[in-house]
Amino acid sequence: MGVSSKLGNLGVVTTTVEQAVNWARTGAMWPLLFGLACCAIEYMSSQASSYDLSRFGMELNRATPRQADLLIVSGRLTRKMAPVVRQLYDQMAEPKWVISMGDCASCGGVYNNYAIVQGVDEIIPVDVYIAGCPPRPEQLLHGILTLHEKVKSERVADWA
Amino acid sequence: MAVAAQARSIEEQRKWEGSLDELRGLVSERAMTGETMLLNMGPHHPSTHGVLRLLLELDGEEIVTCLPDIGFLHTGIEKSLEDKSYEKALPLTDRMDYLSPMSNNMAYSCAVEKLLDLDVPERGQIIRVICLELARCASHLVWLGTHAIDMGAMSVLLYAFRERERVLGMFEMLSGQRMMSSYIRPGGVWRDVPAEFLPTIKQFLKDFPAKVDDYEALLTQNPIWKDRAQGVGVVEPDVALAHGMTGPALRGSGVNWDLRKAQPYSGYETYDFNVPLGEHGDVYDRYLIRIQEFRESMKILNQAVARLETVKGPYRSENRKYVPPLRSELGQSMEAVIHHFKLWTYGYDAPDDEIYSAIESPRGEIGCYIHGTGANKPRRVHFKTPSFIHISALPVMSSGYLLADMVAIIGSVDIVLGDCDR
Repeated sequence: MGVSSKLGNLGVVTTTVEQAVNWARTGAMWPLLFGLACCAIEYMSSQASSYDLSRFGMELNRATPRQADLLIVSGRLTRKMAPVVRQLYDQMAEPKWVISMGDCASCGGVYNNYAIVQGVDEIIPVDVYIAGCPPRPEQLLHGILTLHEKVKSERVADWA
Repeated sequence: MAVAAQARSIEEQRKWEGSLDELRGLVSERAMTGETMLLNMGPHHPSTHGVLRLLLELDGEEIVTCLPDIGFLHTGIEKSLEDKSYEKALPLTDRMDYLSPMSNNMAYSCAVEKLLDLDVPERGQIIRVICLELARCASHLVWLGTHAIDMGAMSVLLYAFRERERVLGMFEMLSGQRMMSSYIRPGGVWRDVPAEFLPTIKQFLKDFPAKVDDYEALLTQNPIWKDRAQGVGVVEPDVALAHGMTGPALRGSGVNWDLRKAQPYSGYETYDFNVPLGEHGDVYDRYLIRIQEFRESMKILNQAVARLETVKGPYRSENRKYVPPLRSELGQSMEAVIHHFKLWTYGYDAPDDEIYSAIESPRGEIGCYIHGTGANKPRRVHFKTPSFIHISALPVMSSGYLLADMVAIIGSVDIVLGDCDR
């Protein structure tokens, strides 16, 4: 384009602030170290040797929500746990995203009963839903890449 | 808007935190005056192995007592089972102890078989033993990785999960699912092992002992590991028995109690293996026992795989009133079609009787109590799960030790909150 064609082969890349920030955000998301049930084990598998989430800049789990920007709700959410998850979400700093991992977190899964919240979106907004009981690590990776696509399309006007 | 309204109602719900007065009698009087400190650990904590909340009373850094608060993963599984026919209830049992779903399947299937007086053919029993021991390895591998990471050895997790992926790959080969396999079913197993299973497990059995040596090289003589583990979380044998502890946590105290030996099921009495025992009942002994259990599981697996090659025949019961017919029979036999239809719609009637059956899961005794009604749904299903009992023993295991030891103690009893809360 304009500037870069005039600069020639000087190793200069032009971009927009929007694209640069979104690129940085997708390249280093810090998930909250947080697991609820079975899906958390597959989440651990995704982080361990065979699937290696650090390929996507996500090896650093933060145990405190104040340092995390991605909440992966991995597992069934009970009514007793719901206030805790909401508090964790509230404590995370903007910008923040939520992945609902697995059937239970997405819609209650096989448990349509008194104990389970029928989908984590009843208490917090969700960006990406991942199906499966539990989802394979590949499915989680796909969900994370889908979230990356979503983040890349965010506009300056929408940044709060 | 909806989310904001929800948030407000959650603020109101947040009353479970309670006041100090409610704790009178549960914590010492010193906590009432503020002499000792009350500290909340969990339910969101990286080292509580799930959503366990502990209220710790601390005198300086020393734990005076701890109050476990469970139920953050209460899923209502037992209640849900009451509204399902016996066969359809099985997938829910997978999701209790999600580190070894095969053991849950086995406990439930054994109970149903006992209720129905159903026999399992020999090949089915051998496949079950293979699954259970693989599940033991997979479960202990997660325990090893997380226990080590809790105590500061970060790299063990990566090695442990490398081998666990191979076990999960074998489960997927058998059942089509990595974790929630629902493979062991009342009357036998879902299907015969596929052709590629035997070479895979043989290669695994060849490789795995060296990997266990690797884990031991990383930890067993590691001075930091020994400092953190030895003499911590000591449980005397009589205390362990009084609390009803089972599994490696009980055997760490030197009590020789393993249901595979004491009440053999699925032909365990015909396998040659030892039950490793500890001496001191501390975190380190419980660690050593699980490491040795890897080797004992390898012994059992080697024998079982050799038998699997020689023993042919059906892998699930031929009793068509309780066990569905093979897919291949459906095209030839009208009776098979009727049985198939009946079993997958209505299920089967079980006698109006109550039974209890227990097996040795990686964590200890997992027992299943079923009270039939004479119809196709049970009146009550209850699981006696090891994690619940081990959490109840946490206060006695942890009092007098340092706050940092709490993490080691929780890891050493290997609790799974899905198993505890169900």
